[in-house]
Amino acid sequence: MTDALGALERSFRQGSGRAVAALIRVTGDFDLAEEAVQDAFEVALRTWPSRGVPDNPEAWIVTTARNRAIDKLRRERVGRAKTEAAAQIAELESIGVGVQEIPDDRLRLLFTCCHPALAMDARVALTLRTVAGLSTREIARAFLVPEPTLGQRLTRAKRKIRDAAIPYRVPPRELLPERLDGVLAVLYLVFNEGYAATQGELLRAEMGDEAIRLARLVDRLLPGDEDVRALLALMLLQHARRAARTDGAGDLVLLEDQDRSRWDHVMIDEGLSLLSEAARRPGAYRVQAEIAACHARAPRPEDTDWPEIATLYGRLATLQPSPVVELNRAAAVAMADGPETGLRMLVPLQTDLDRYHLFHSAKADLLRRAGRTDDAVEAYRRALDLTTNDAERRFLERRLTALQRA
Amino acid sequence: MKYALLIYADEKAWASVPHDEQHAIYEEYDKFANELVERGVMRGGDQLADSPAATTVRVRDGQQLVTDGPFAETKEQLGGYFLVEVDDLDTAIELAGKLPGARHGSVEVRPIIEG
Repeated sequence: MTDALGALERSFRQGSGRAVAALIRVTGDFDLAEEAVQDAFEVALRTWPSRGVPDNPEAWIVTTARNRAIDKLRRERVGRAKTEAAAQIAELESIGVGVQEIPDDRLRLLFTCCHPALAMDARVALTLRTVAGLSTREIARAFLVPEPTLGQRLTRAKRKIRDAAIPYRVPPRELLPERLDGVLAVLYLVFNEGYAATQGELLRAEMGDEAIRLARLVDRLLPGDEDVRALLALMLLQHARRAARTDGAGDLVLLEDQDRSRWDHVMIDEGLSLLSEAARRPGAYRVQAEIAACHARAPRPEDTDWPEIATLYGRLATLQPSPVVELNRAAAVAMADGPETGLRMLVPLQTDLDRYHLFHSAKADLLRRAGRTDDAVEAYRRALDLTTNDAERRFLERRLTALQRA
Repeated sequence: MKYALLIYADEKAWASVPHDEQHAIYEEYDKFANELVERGVMRGGDQLADSPAATTVRVRDGQQLVTDGPFAETKEQLGGYFLVEVDDLDTAIELAGKLPGARHGSVEVRPIIEG
């Protein structure tokens, strides 16, 4: 029963995006749209199990939610608002019978939810709630915030959209590149939360799935955009490794130790094919995707093209200068040219990254491979002091124990 | 939709800007105001006297308390504002970005509540 309910909820959620977006376009009212779609969900709960899922769930949800919204507008609007409501009702009634006639409003909704006038955490929450259709409970759980806190965050964001008149549209050409960057940043943040949550369990596969679903949507609605395709490729290539990234006990497995037969090769092929066409203007997502592709193409760890990865990190460092990128470059150079070369590259990063646990665990790894056991032990201890992720903590402890035994 | 574009900048830094540069910036503000009028979105605007000229008034338990200076001591002070009426926040942001104050200070875009 729970499974059947879960399946119903999933197919409903996946079909509800267009309805929410269309209702917001016409009424400008996020809450009304959400309530109408929620009402449609209640109807689905009553009727789908006995009559079966409709042939076109998207069209069913749009029509049902639209009718609910019309009822609400008729009941609730009085006085001056009545004229406005009448116009909205007329427009809602014109929302088509066949789903093909309904313009896809989700891209506008996405740009509104990711508007730079909203705080980053509000953009993430709002996108997952209204575009992806996740429940407040699900989002709160994924981002480790109490549900009431997340609820308030959403309420404040919706109020700001209304009070400050954040437009509901795809930005004009001159603003599009900048605003699209903002949308992609939100999707990548959602993905990364799934990829390596900062606390608690390492893998939140669901957030990764959602981010990929949203990136596919953007790719479909803005066909041919290089950055969108590159981000989708990057996500697919990283997400393809999810099953191999932890062992049975939920512990972290390093790339070099992963069982590569457990990688999702269908997903890898899709990611690689998205990269098959050369980019006209390769951005940071493209370079990162190409790095992920180098790993994905290697049947065994020793087949990895480390010099190429080191070159790509060099390119990433010019596009997106940051000590963390330099750290990754040093690790790749160490694989290509030996640990001592990598260690020399870490020296200038020490000050900036002293509070970053991955700096110390990368350093520890290089020291271990260089045979400098005592220094390696010290670096692992420092990494352990700084990490907040349970799976990473257990991994570092195992490494430390192995080293001290040797 | 009406918005106030509130211009905040460091008064001390402004005072040390050479005279001819100040003049050029004032001309820029004039040009900006003209553009607002041409686009039909101008609803007002003023430059404020520096914050040392400010007086703050509070009434507590029926008692009026008058103090010298602005409401809050901050690094950047409210130095002027424009009122504009435009379609949406993006247009207000576009206008705010054209203000010279956005380059050497900050422009806060605040929607105006209409009854």
